[in-house]
Amino acid sequence: MDRYAKQRLFGLLARGAAALVVAVMVLVVAVTIYRGGRVFLTDPAIAITPPGSRYMLEGDGGFLHAVLGSLFIVVPATVVSAVLAVSTAIYLQSDYSSERFSDVVNMFLNVLWGTPPIVYGVFVLTIIIAIGARTSLFFGIVAIAIFQYPIMTRYTDEALRSAPEAVKEATYGLGGTRFEAALMTFRAALPGIIAGIIMGFARGIGDAATVLFTTGRSTNMPGGLFEGATTLPVLIFDQAMSFNAEVRSHAYAASFVLIVAVLALIIVSKLLAGRYARYAPGGRHS
Amino acid sequence: MAGSTESRSQRRLDRRLLIERLSSRWLQGAGYFAIALFALIVLALLYQSLPLLSEYSLVQALTSSNWDPAQNEFGFLPAIVGTIYVTALTMAMGTPIAILAAIYIAEYAEGRAKTLVSSFIDVLAAIPSVIFGLVALIVVVPFVGDYLAPAVGSSATGLGIFTVSLVMAIVVTPFMISLSVESLEALPDELRESSLGVGATKWETIRSVLLRAAGPGIFSAVLLGFGRVFGATIVPAMLIGGQTHLPSSPFATGQTLPTLIVNDFGELMSLPLTQSALIFVGLMLVVVVWLFNFTAMLVRRRLQRRWQY
Repeated sequence: MDRYAKQRLFGLLARGAAALVVAVMVLVVAVTIYRGGRVFLTDPAIAITPPGSRYMLEGDGGFLHAVLGSLFIVVPATVVSAVLAVSTAIYLQSDYSSERFSDVVNMFLNVLWGTPPIVYGVFVLTIIIAIGARTSLFFGIVAIAIFQYPIMTRYTDEALRSAPEAVKEATYGLGGTRFEAALMTFRAALPGIIAGIIMGFARGIGDAATVLFTTGRSTNMPGGLFEGATTLPVLIFDQAMSFNAEVRSHAYAASFVLIVAVLALIIVSKLLAGRYARYAPGGRHS
Repeated sequence: MAGSTESRSQRRLDRRLLIERLSSRWLQGAGYFAIALFALIVLALLYQSLPLLSEYSLVQALTSSNWDPAQNEFGFLPAIVGTIYVTALTMAMGTPIAILAAIYIAEYAEGRAKTLVSSFIDVLAAIPSVIFGLVALIVVVPFVGDYLAPAVGSSATGLGIFTVSLVMAIVVTPFMISLSVESLEALPDELRESSLGVGATKWETIRSVLLRAAGPGIFSAVLLGFGRVFGATIVPAMLIGGQTHLPSSPFATGQTLPTLIVNDFGELMSLPLTQSALIFVGLMLVVVVWLFNFTAMLVRRRLQRRWQY
C-alpha cells in the first residue's frame, strides 16, 4: 500500500469512527424517545400522578414523587454548589491566591473531578451513619451538591480564564478593589458561567449513583426535608430491574421525561450562552 | 459642606474596604474548601473501613476470592478481577474509536458538519448513564445473548462483562473525544503547514506530527476515561448480572467494585462488618483514582518535555 492509499484509508477510518459515534447517539436518543414516548404519550398523566401504594410491584399510579424528588434535590443542590464553585473559581483566578497555592487547589479539584460519583454517595452515607441520621432528601441534596461542585468549578474556571485580562486591568486602573475587579471579570465571563451551571444541573439531574444510598429510594411523595425521597434516575434504575412488565414500561416513560429534560437543559444552556454574550466585552452583540 | 462630602466619601471607602476584606475571607475559605472536602472524604472512608482492616489483613482481603458477607467472608478478588476485565475491554474498544473520531472532528470536518458532529457529541456526553443502561437492556443484551455469544461458542443470557464493556465504551467515548479534540485544536497551524510543506501526506502529518504534539493531552484524556469506566456504577449494576465469582469468560456474569456496593447495600447494611467492607470498596476507588490522576500528571509532564516541538 503506498502512502496515498494509506492516507485515503485512514481518512475513511476517521470518518467512519465519527459516523459510528453519531449513529450510536442517534440510536440511543431515538430508542428512548420512541419506546418512552409510546408509553408516555398514551398516558401523559403518569408524570403528574402520585404513586399508588403498590407502585413498584404493580405500577399503579404515576411517578410524580420522582419528578418532584428530582426537582427538590437538584435545584437546591445546584444553588449551593454554584455559589461554592463560583467562589472557588474566582479565588483561583483572581489576585487573592498565590500561583503555587492555586496549583495545589487545582490538583485537588482535578482529583475530585475524576472521583466516581458512587464515592460521594458512600461518603455521605458514612456521615449519615456517623451522626446516626436516616437517609433523606437533605442528604441527597448534600451528595448532589458535592458531586456538582468540581464540575461547575471546572466550567467556571474555564469561563473566567477566557475573560479578557483588560477588564481586570481597567478596574484596577480606576482604583477598584480586588473584589470589584473580580466582580467585573465575573460579569465578563457570565455567559460561560451560566452555561457551566446549567451543565452542572444537567449532570446532577441525571446522576443516580450519588443518590442511590443517600435518599432512601422512597416510593412515597416527598414529605419534608428529612423524609425519604427518590429521583428519576434512581426510579428508572429500580423499575428496570422489575419483573412486572407494566412497571418496566414506566421506566421507559420516566426515561423519556428525563432525556427530554436533559436535552432541553443543554439547548437552553447554549441559547443562554449566546444571549448573555452581549454582556461580555467583545461579545457577539455588543 | 466640604467636610460632609469628605466624610461621606470616607465612609464609602470604608465600606468598600470592608467588603473587600470580608469577600477575601469568604473566597479564601472557598479555595480551602476543595482541599478540605477531599481530606474529609478520605478520612471518613478510612475511619469507617478500620473495623474491616483490623479483622482481616489487607493482603488477605484483596487476594481472597470468597465473598460471602453472611459468613463474614470478605474477599475482594472477584470484584477486582471483574473491574479490571471491564475496564480493559472498554478501553480496548473505546480508545481507537475515540481517537479516530477526534481526528475527524479536529482535522477533517469543516463548517456545518463540524458544528453538527461536535454538538452531537456534547449531547452524548450529557445523557444520563441510566438511560444508556435502559436502552442497552432492549438493544445490546438481546444482541449479545442471541447472536454474539453463540457466535463465539459461549452460551450467555446477554448480561455480563462484555455487554457492560460495550455499553461503557459508548458512554465514555464522547468524553474522551471532546478532551482529545481540545488538545488537537490547541496546536498551532504552523505545525500542519510545515509538515504538509515538506511533502508529507495528511495522514503522515497527523500520525507523526499532530498526534505526537497533542500526545500528552490525548494521553490524559484516555486516562481520565479510564477513571470514568473504573468508577462507573449504574451501567454495570444494570447489565453485569451481579454474581460474585471469578468470571470465566468475557461473556460471563460478574461483579465490579462499584456494583458490589450497589448489590450488597440493601439487605446487608445492618451488619457492621459488611458496612465497613463496602465502605472500604469506596476507599479503594478513591485511592486508585487518585493514583491514576497523579501518574497521569507526572507522565504528562514527562511527555510534554520529550515530545515538544
